[in-house]
Amino acid sequence: MAKVLMKGNEAMALAAIKGGCDAFFGYPITPQNEVPEYLSYHMEKNDRIFVQAESEVAAINMVYGAAGSGARVLTSSSSPGIALKQEGISYLAGSELPAVIINVMRGGPGLGGIQPSQGDYNQITRGGGNGDYQLLAYAPETLQETVNIVKRSFSLADYYRNPVIIAVDGLIGQMMEPVDLDQKIEEKKSPAKDWAATGEAAKRGKRNKIVSLHLDPYQLEKHNLKLKAKYDEMKENEQQYELINMDHDPSIVFVAYGSMARIARSAIEALKKEGIEVGMIRPICVHPFPEKAFETLPKSVTTLLTLEMSLGQMLQDVQIVNQGRYTLDFFGRAGGVVPESEEIVEKVKTIMKGAAK
Amino acid sequence: MKNEEKVIIAGFGGQGVMLMGQILSYAATEEDLNTVWIPSYGPETRGGTANCSVTISKAQINAPVVTAPDTLIAMNEPSLEKFQSKIKKGGLLISNKSLIKDATFRDDIKVIEIDASQTAIDLGNLKVANMVVLGAYLGATKVFEETAIHKVFEKIFTGEKAKLIDLNKQALNAGMAVVGK
Repeated sequence: MAKVLMKGNEAMALAAIKGGCDAFFGYPITPQNEVPEYLSYHMEKNDRIFVQAESEVAAINMVYGAAGSGARVLTSSSSPGIALKQEGISYLAGSELPAVIINVMRGGPGLGGIQPSQGDYNQITRGGGNGDYQLLAYAPETLQETVNIVKRSFSLADYYRNPVIIAVDGLIGQMMEPVDLDQKIEEKKSPAKDWAATGEAAKRGKRNKIVSLHLDPYQLEKHNLKLKAKYDEMKENEQQYELINMDHDPSIVFVAYGSMARIARSAIEALKKEGIEVGMIRPICVHPFPEKAFETLPKSVTTLLTLEMSLGQMLQDVQIVNQGRYTLDFFGRAGGVVPESEEIVEKVKTIMKGAAK
Repeated sequence: MKNEEKVIIAGFGGQGVMLMGQILSYAATEEDLNTVWIPSYGPETRGGTANCSVTISKAQINAPVVTAPDTLIAMNEPSLEKFQSKIKKGGLLISNKSLIKDATFRDDIKVIEIDASQTAIDLGNLKVANMVVLGAYLGATKVFEETAIHKVFEKIFTGEKAKLIDLNKQALNAGMAVVGK
């Protein structure tokens, strides 16, 4: 298919339909409203289910029910709405239910603002729900990458029987960019959902139960270890990242994701014109964090400069991975302020001046 | 067109500034160019301020937000005040003379003033003032051929709205005529 010009939120909604999404449950919040708006019309047209729930909490529990019945399910919200869904996300993980969650991030904490932010990094990679659980968390950069990830995420959720969260900032949700919705993606193959509660106990000869309650601590620990094995498999197989401009012996390497990575690309181009080579590690999957990227850096690298539209959340993951190998520095804007590439260029020059002393 | 064009279009909510930008991005998509359209979003209302930015490029577009536009299309005074200082040196300002009077313009940019409202009223519908201005922009920058925009009209004005295609073509043409094509 040729490229079509679409708004980020609508493109994600259409990508979900193309990814086989059977049902959507959500509640309005800016800046993601075009996701449910688009689906309210197009899900019905495609014989799928759309429900505008009475609240975020209701929506995530509808997701739990539909996922438990074996459907491919989506919900979307923005930062404070995702916070409300955290309990349900923990239950989904505990009951090993596949679901896809889209977070179009805005400034926080609290109600915060409605402008683009990456302040939910900890919320999407650490979660706010209780217990020993992890999510697969993606943070794409362009609309094309976003729609490809949304399409594939349903198969990943099915494979791992685990929620997948896709976080974009408000800018990606609101902007229009040409996208090809039919680019070939590699679906993760998984067996039929013989665990689903489909009301066919008689035919199956046993009842399928979807529960997250395990009162016997030894039984719960066994369950926790089973989940841990899955998370280890994710860590081994799902790390996804891009290395940029590494073959020019950079001494400074950015670590940035989402819109911040795009802005950083402009800074890399501007610095190149001045004879300064800077590289970039761009995490695409932010949890599991792409540790492997840090093993392959050129010998020239001395400094990792983490860039975020928050005041330093991914920075903590970089600190964990770094193990003292490189000097770490940070630049961030918060509250919904989208930085200009010139600010990053200035930051690089400041670091270089310091190093020259 | 040149390698890259960045434009900010700003005015009151209801003047059709978002659509002007979208039409440019649709035309860019049709011509297989890279493009990004970004709206201002917030608690905007009809009569409040609204703006969008459009980048059109032969190369991959990195930073999507336009901070220094090649062109500013200012549909009202607050927009001129807000964005005039951001225009690149030697850039272009298209100023809607119907609503922007007695303004001070920078002397290091090219300025085209156009009485969009009157031109639109002469065509029989004030609502196409935005397309008059878009015509002036195309005439001055040659970013797209007129026919590329006509194709977009045919794509976005369908069904009931198909009858608006001719009027919008006329408005575009009138705007182009102002800058002498």
